[in-house]
Amino acid sequence: MAELNISERQVGDVTVLDMDGKITIGEGSVALRTAIRRLLEEGRKKILLNLAKVGYIDSSGIGELVSSYTAINKESGELKLLNLTQKLQDLLTITKLLTVFDVYESEEEALASFK
Amino acid sequence: MRHASMLNPRSSGKLLSFTEKPRPNRLALGLLCPLIVTLETTELRLPSRVETVEQVAAAVSELLSRAGVGDDALFGIDMAVREAVTNAVSHGNKLDETKFVEVGLRSLPGSFEITVHDQGTGFNPSAIPDPTKAENILRTSGRGIFFMRNFMDEVEWSANPTGGTTVRMTKKL
Repeated sequence: MAELNISERQVGDVTVLDMDGKITIGEGSVALRTAIRRLLEEGRKKILLNLAKVGYIDSSGIGELVSSYTAINKESGELKLLNLTQKLQDLLTITKLLTVFDVYESEEEALASFK
Repeated sequence: MRHASMLNPRSSGKLLSFTEKPRPNRLALGLLCPLIVTLETTELRLPSRVETVEQVAAAVSELLSRAGVGDDALFGIDMAVREAVTNAVSHGNKLDETKFVEVGLRSLPGSFEITVHDQGTGFNPSAIPDPTKAENILRTSGRGIFFMRNFMDEVEWSANPTGGTTVRMTKKL
């Protein structure tokens, strides 16, 4: 089984990526990077990452989230995060990245927040 | 008791685990509250590839679980260990599988110590910018060392006279 499985849903003009597994150095980080690059190439720039089933993330994975955020912003798109686990929320708090990312606990609210 | 076993015979690196439980001091046995010191040490020598991170993390988890360390402390130690090994494997040894990472795990009374040694050209940890500062917040790297310092009580790097860098981290338990 892959380290990180990514399932894709389209809700209106927002692409939701349901992520299941680990975002760590190597396979997990590469899978996220590949998915985001493909969506941007297809012109899909409103992206919601559902992280409910991401059990583990390391500094490489967090770097990949930042890289995704920067790449999508550069294309005038929006990246938002949904359903952070408590551990991920703690990591984003201590790195002060919670001040950067737009984070939601409700998918409905997250979807409605896209411009 | 002294025990040595191959943890993963498929690995091309040596994976030796040593468990030492010194006999209680005979003099201490005569006291009302004899002190029995339990020391467990694991030494690992692994090739420089990404999978090594998981192997070391598994060894740490096993050792700390046996020592009765709770989930919260385990999370932070696990994170710091993964980051230290990731640095050694990818930044130190640059994923060159002919180079090895040597890891020492020591479960001591009241603390846990890990050393990670690489065969790289060395680096200056003070040159890594603080990733929480506004000007660095969107940098995609530099958070590994931050996590190590955040989750462990002591973190220090030293250049080995025979080459490479050793990071030593301690966590009070």
